[in-house]
Amino acid sequence: MRINMKRGILAALAIGVSAIAAQAENVKIAFIDPLSGPFAGTGTNGLHQYEFAAEELVNKQGGVLDGQMFEIVAFDNKISPKESLIQLQVAIDQGIRFIAQGNSSGVANALTEAIDKHNRRNPDDRVLFLNYSAVDPALTNDKCNFWHFRFDANADIKMDVITDKIAGTEDIKKVYIIGQDYSFGKAVASAAVRFLTEKRPDIEIVGNELHPIGKVKDFTPYSRKIMASEADAIITGNWGADMLGLGKSVLENGYTGPIYTYYAAADGITAAFGEAGKGSLRLVAEGALNPPASDRAAAYVEAFKAKYPDGNLSQARITNVIEMLAKAIDQAGSATDVVAIANALEGMEHDNLWGGKVFMRPQDHQLIQDVHINVHTDDGVSFDYDNSGYGVVVENTVPMAAMDSPTTCKMRRP
Amino acid sequence: MDLIAVNIIDGLVTGLLLFMLSAGLTLIFSMMGVLNFAHASFYMLGAYFAYQISIYLGFWMGLLIAPILVGVLGAGVERYGLRRVHQYGHVPELIFTFGLALLIEEVVQFVWGKNQMPYETPEILQFTAFAIAGNSIPAYKVFMIFISVTIFIGLLYVLTRTRIGMIIQAALSYPKTVEALGHNVPFIFMGVFGVGTALAGVAGVIAGPVLSTFPGMAFVLGSIVFVTIVIGGLGSLWGALVASLLIGWLTTFAKSYNLRMEDLLTTLGFNKPEPIWDSAWQDLWTLTSPQVADILPYILMVLILVFRPYGLFGKRDA
Amino acid sequence: MTDLTQTTAARSSIMPQVLPWVIALGFLLVMPLIFTSNSALTIMNQMAMTIIFALAYNMLLGQGGMLSFGHAVYMGVGGFACVHIMNWDAFFGLIPLPVLPIFGGLFGMGLALIVGAFSTRKAGTVFAMISLGVGELIAACSVIIVVFFGGEEGISGDRTYGLPFFGIEFLRQIEVYYLVVFWLMVSAVLMYLWSRTPMGRMANAVRDNPERAEFLGYSARWVRFYSFVASGFFAGIAGGLFAINYEILTEENLNLTQSGAILLVTFLGGAGFFFGPIIGAIVFTLLQTVLSLETELWQLYVGALFVATVMFFPGGLAGLLMLHAPAAKMGRLSHLAGPYAKVLFPGIIGTLALCCLIELTFHLRHASIGDHEMVLFWTTFNTHSPVPWLLFGAIAAGGLWLAKRGAPDMAEAFHEANVMKGAA
Repeated sequence: MRINMKRGILAALAIGVSAIAAQAENVKIAFIDPLSGPFAGTGTNGLHQYEFAAEELVNKQGGVLDGQMFEIVAFDNKISPKESLIQLQVAIDQGIRFIAQGNSSGVANALTEAIDKHNRRNPDDRVLFLNYSAVDPALTNDKCNFWHFRFDANADIKMDVITDKIAGTEDIKKVYIIGQDYSFGKAVASAAVRFLTEKRPDIEIVGNELHPIGKVKDFTPYSRKIMASEADAIITGNWGADMLGLGKSVLENGYTGPIYTYYAAADGITAAFGEAGKGSLRLVAEGALNPPASDRAAAYVEAFKAKYPDGNLSQARITNVIEMLAKAIDQAGSATDVVAIANALEGMEHDNLWGGKVFMRPQDHQLIQDVHINVHTDDGVSFDYDNSGYGVVVENTVPMAAMDSPTTCKMRRP
Repeated sequence: MDLIAVNIIDGLVTGLLLFMLSAGLTLIFSMMGVLNFAHASFYMLGAYFAYQISIYLGFWMGLLIAPILVGVLGAGVERYGLRRVHQYGHVPELIFTFGLALLIEEVVQFVWGKNQMPYETPEILQFTAFAIAGNSIPAYKVFMIFISVTIFIGLLYVLTRTRIGMIIQAALSYPKTVEALGHNVPFIFMGVFGVGTALAGVAGVIAGPVLSTFPGMAFVLGSIVFVTIVIGGLGSLWGALVASLLIGWLTTFAKSYNLRMEDLLTTLGFNKPEPIWDSAWQDLWTLTSPQVADILPYILMVLILVFRPYGLFGKRDA
Repeated sequence: MTDLTQTTAARSSIMPQVLPWVIALGFLLVMPLIFTSNSALTIMNQMAMTIIFALAYNMLLGQGGMLSFGHAVYMGVGGFACVHIMNWDAFFGLIPLPVLPIFGGLFGMGLALIVGAFSTRKAGTVFAMISLGVGELIAACSVIIVVFFGGEEGISGDRTYGLPFFGIEFLRQIEVYYLVVFWLMVSAVLMYLWSRTPMGRMANAVRDNPERAEFLGYSARWVRFYSFVASGFFAGIAGGLFAINYEILTEENLNLTQSGAILLVTFLGGAGFFFGPIIGAIVFTLLQTVLSLETELWQLYVGALFVATVMFFPGGLAGLLMLHAPAAKMGRLSHLAGPYAKVLFPGIIGTLALCCLIELTFHLRHASIGDHEMVLFWTTFNTHSPVPWLLFGAIAAGGLWLAKRGAPDMAEAFHEANVMKGAA
């Protein structure tokens, strides 16, 4: 019986894993992100944005090289590092050369190391890692490698922009820093302290604390402390349910000042904040939806909303990933020689669909771009989030943020 | 001083909410002798049902109808699922509820999607009831306290002062005898299960708007409910109440006051190693009470199980 | 005086006892020749690790009757220890990689010694809740104690820095596969032998009736304690293999989801039989890795499968197989084929059609506007036309109806096959 059992598995493996051999002409990009589980909403929305960008920006323009099309192949990593490594292996076996991932710096850390090891051990089928969202600064500093490219501004760059804004607001005297107890939350906190003491030594940091990630049911005790500290501004790196819980609780308890944050839009959060968050929530992000940078950008968003009415164009940088990859493949003249493509990506300048230019810094593979402070509101919103009438509007812009920031990256090139 | 009063109220809200869940769970435990792992899932269903109803009929109808729906669903689970599994023994029963919890979460995601639901408190309660030293207490919190206390008193009255309550209590301890007296014991069990899950549903309805309604809400609450009834003593209603309030206050105060391990260690006469980021003990030295607030109940539970396995108010071994 | 009879009995039964192991080993050695891709190897490695872990877990659940909700921590701590050893160049350079899992086992065992000292005093709910509490504590510590657990991003190492093992540096996945297979066989045989020792037998006795076991002069507590420690050791070995295969350990190796998953795996396979967890691990890993490539709703199906297993086959898949052992012994399995086919074939087709209806509904609700096409079983359907709905609805209803109609026949055939000839 047991042998029969295993024979059945043989068949199953054959169907599952070796549905691989068929090598089409397409340039395949593996999208490894959560498509099931608690973060599936974000992952699925990201996948739609990739598919749309590939279709709209590359395939409709005639593809790359001599007419090869982009194809996004989705892999569900359940936001687990272990599953990501398995799916990475499956993707590599399918002959995919480009790996896109963004949700969770923990997963990105696991992937970048695995890809570095894989490329060293298997020089024949090397792959590139296109990180579009994981913002842990270490990825382009101590842990940088030649195969990793980051298209989002990292946590330090974003904090630089936030603290610029705070430093320029004279009536902010007291700042409260709160975040989730893990690498990203800690990176945000330490960057905030560093930049604030540098730019405005007179600002008092009245609180700097971490809470367990994803475990806090009720944020009331934290908001009491924040109220008691009489903070004029809050800085937090919270995301998901932790962001919503913290924000709602603070606002409910009578806080009216600004909340500077990274991730408090789309995926239901904008709708859930609604009127309560108006004027308080301030998000730092690249890519500007409101006001639209150009007619082309507006048309792009409209087309996306027409195709995915429930979706959100929440990760504008995805268009840069797709456009710059297409450009690099054309420049390298090959869709398989990843070293040449990586060399073409290094130092590439590109016209951003969302306005301004972007520049892939060769020292650390960090994309340098305009970074904006957005405010959550329903005034002057051309493109809202979650179909709620509320969206984010650009308030401040720092062009080519952190162009000359130092990096500890020692890039080893093949 | 003022902050202490505010924290006592906040802790009370958390504790009472926890109590509404643990009350049902502890009743169900007395009955089946098994922990219902899907209990928090019924809490989640309460929130989602109420949200769906509130779109059409408003919050108050949601508060009325959603718990009934959840209760009926719970009774159905007992009748057609648990009763069947019961014959195989306790472990399969427990595992059944465990699997049910997974399944309910998946079904909720299938129906409502994976995002947060914009489930709001009713407008009539969106004002500040009173303020203590600048800390506002929203009217909704007062309403939550009111509902929970009403339910506790009602439950206590029904269980100890009415004929039905007597029969239930008797059926929990001596099912065979009660059956011999002509009462339909399986029906009583189904009813208790239904009421227990309906209580969880009520908790979901009133907690949904403040603690946000999303597919992970059952998981976030997760095992803390079991911790509560284990600390209180399995099967004891009073124990559940005391343990809920204890946990509510413990976590609230631990989060509100920044007690630092560094201060404690220094008082004990240890020297802080310098530089701290290079020391193997860095994590111990930088520990603060808000960091560990949410795991304190677990430490408490392990200690209680080791030294007093029947919990604070329990009469028999867990 | 019974020695003589026992040895002859042992000698005559040695072949059927050893044979399955030899077949399994041969099978494991041949597998990579059929599936050469690295991803297939990775999935098979994952399967092997899950098998070891599930077998270790079953030492508690199936053999000792102890329900643990936090067993992932023993595997996790063993794995973390191994990664730390990998990063400790001075020491790692001196030991060959295949020895590393032993250290994982020792650390898992060490933790089990500490926790077991107070958690195994009672069985039942007390043990279950302590395991839950300890599991939650250690999982929470993983983000607080950064020095050892590395916080949320975990810690990683490089397996190739170890002492080369007969010239093998474990650069390639196939080399790791054989290492994992070696440890799989060793651990499985050891765990099997453990279940045959007086110690293992006493664990069963304590599970079934602790009071009687005490009257026989055994301390139920110590029996539980030894089972727990041994289980921790093998869980640690699985952790060490995890460290070697993935070269990274993170918070997810410790958390309750992982602990819950192993409970699921063991129960799905069948906790009552030694080989149950093996089946469970294979099926679960396939569902997790292969099914999730096919559909986003895989967790829904797994959840439904799990609940159905508990409700209808509390013995798990192994229990289901073993129900047929008497019939097989009497050589009557062939009598069952006909009635089984009549039920299972339409039943499976009907269930698949039902899944297709679920997929259609999901696609209709969540796909983008204008995207009316979806592929089910290599065929493209338009979700907005009634055709696929009617088609799958009809197949589902027809298949399930046929299955239901054939069920009494199947039950009768099963009954007949299990009754001794002439007994009736």
